[in-house]
Amino acid sequence: MGTFRSIVFASVIAGFVVGLIVTAVQQFGTVPLILKAEVYEKAAEHRHDAALAQPHVILVHDQAAHDHGAEAWEPREGLERNAYTAGANILTAIGFALLLAGFLSLRGGATGEPASWHEGLMWGLAGFAVFTIAPGLGLPPKLPGVPTAPLLSRQIWWLTAVLATAAGLGLIVFRRSMPAAIAGVALIMLPHLIGAPELEHVETKVPSSLSHQFVVAVTMTSLIFWSLLGGLTSAAYAWLERPASTARG
Amino acid sequence: MSQSQVTQATHLPVAAGQVGRLTQSLMAMVLGLFIVGVVGFSHIDVIHNAAHDVRHSNAFPCH
Repeated sequence: MGTFRSIVFASVIAGFVVGLIVTAVQQFGTVPLILKAEVYEKAAEHRHDAALAQPHVILVHDQAAHDHGAEAWEPREGLERNAYTAGANILTAIGFALLLAGFLSLRGGATGEPASWHEGLMWGLAGFAVFTIAPGLGLPPKLPGVPTAPLLSRQIWWLTAVLATAAGLGLIVFRRSMPAAIAGVALIMLPHLIGAPELEHVETKVPSSLSHQFVVAVTMTSLIFWSLLGGLTSAAYAWLERPASTARG
Repeated sequence: MSQSQVTQATHLPVAAGQVGRLTQSLMAMVLGLFIVGVVGFSHIDVIHNAAHDVRHSNAFPCH
């Protein structure tokens, strides 16, 4: 299990470093905007709960729309909340690093040489296109307190956009033929032609300028995340694979 | 006949090594997708609340 071990070690190293860096970046970028938006969200919930207290409103209220589980555990504000955010960032980074390192290993398997940090950076940018740009066009990064279509329908569309974009880019990059390129572009466009699920009417107190700042902050944080993750994962993987292959040779 | 058997014998370990790398790479990728799936997409309230800011910051669909 030499390859698997190298992939996992490289991913844990890169994921840990990138997860911590991105947590720090988020403290200046996305998190302050989330906290600002939650002020509007909580104010809206209070009005909502006050309305619920009136019996005639309960009769027409759809329970499924009220999905903020009141009893569910959540981290305390401040250090605890940020610690869970750091943990989730590290896990997400390790997860995506495993995906990247898996591809790097398959590519390296074909040529024999481990991928350079620069090739890793290119794979990272592909991850940025697949996991941030493509799904973000239909479902832009959204602040708490902004009403949206049902969660499951958005998750399904998100996954469809990711798979179609990955497959489309794969056809264009690896097939190198005109029909494959056309099919690739069509595949990337397909989920956007179908259209992401959205509400017909959105009413929110969260200012649109805040939402716009959030879209920019998320996209730039993601660019840092994927660039670092691509470069570091490939560097760590090449470093771990080199002594083993020289020992074998 | 015997020559083809020799050829097969010398090529088998190489082929097995390639399949091994493919399987191990795919296993790692599936593990990675599983981790991202749980952190970013699980409907369990506790996981949602713990990873809340990360889901919003990664533009994963959230409540």
